[in-house]
Amino acid sequence: MDGNAAPRGRSLHRFANPGRFMRLSGVVLPWVAALAVGVSALGLVWGLGFAPPDWQQGDTVRIMYVHVPAAWMAMGGYLGLAVASFVSLVWRHPLADIAATAIAPVGAVFTAICLITGSLWGKPMWGTWWVWDARLTSVLVLFFLYLGHMALTSAFDEPERAARPAAILALIGAVNLPVIKFSVDWWNTLHQPASVTRFDAPAVHVDILWPLLIAGLGFLFAFAAIVLLRMRTAILQRRARALMLARAAEARAPEAVPA
Amino acid sequence: MSEFLAMGGYAAFVWPSYAVAVGALLVLAAVSLRQWRAAKAEVARLELLGPRRRAGGGA
Repeated sequence: MDGNAAPRGRSLHRFANPGRFMRLSGVVLPWVAALAVGVSALGLVWGLGFAPPDWQQGDTVRIMYVHVPAAWMAMGGYLGLAVASFVSLVWRHPLADIAATAIAPVGAVFTAICLITGSLWGKPMWGTWWVWDARLTSVLVLFFLYLGHMALTSAFDEPERAARPAAILALIGAVNLPVIKFSVDWWNTLHQPASVTRFDAPAVHVDILWPLLIAGLGFLFAFAAIVLLRMRTAILQRRARALMLARAAEARAPEAVPA
Repeated sequence: MSEFLAMGGYAAFVWPSYAVAVGALLVLAAVSLRQWRAAKAEVARLELLGPRRRAGGGA
């Protein structure tokens, strides 16, 4: 119970720094959102209408321009979630906790896009919507890690108390990232190996690489824009909570308020 | 044009992929925007009838 004045004052003070974040993100967000729409549209229209069809896969290869960028965001997003969780755990920075909370649903949506488009690509090319092989299964696990994080953070009435267990979950789940990345090398799988993110030069032609990278950049802007928006929302929600607690405390003990 | 829409016979797989990706992101953006507006209105409401400034000085 934070019935007296001291903890209330402290909890409100903690948002001094997020205040700076609110100002900065408010300036940056419209630009990131505009870039997200513009660059994504460019990459997707290019991939859909102008990139060449594959000599083996025909026009199904166009699914790649949404599938691969979505997979990059799914994994990159989890890396961001893990880093934010680490910072939240070690330095107890409220913004890191808020970032982790904001990333999880966005990462989950990109992972869902990756899984669904992969299924739509697998049916005509592999002859099946789904196989329980290492790559597909580890990405499904990634999806459930995101959902687990969301469930855990929403299970607490006070978001600050969810920070620690959620961060621990996120960091344990990070083991899955290298498993996804190298699953196509470690196990036999229907999924093709990496062709862009390799240590040597990419193995795809520039006519394919350009629209793919542009779509990827567009998705990155979209990811950033939605995460920024959700972080701003979470800060306001916590501020509203703090205001409400302050009001409740005041109603209980009006004489405790500093005059 | 109809050739473009046909996607070499793979229209049933290519178009839904793009629809799912764009649709899911638009829904996520719309939901996030609505939550932002709601949170903003809530803070504005609470600040309007909120507690006397804690910072002291006045009163």
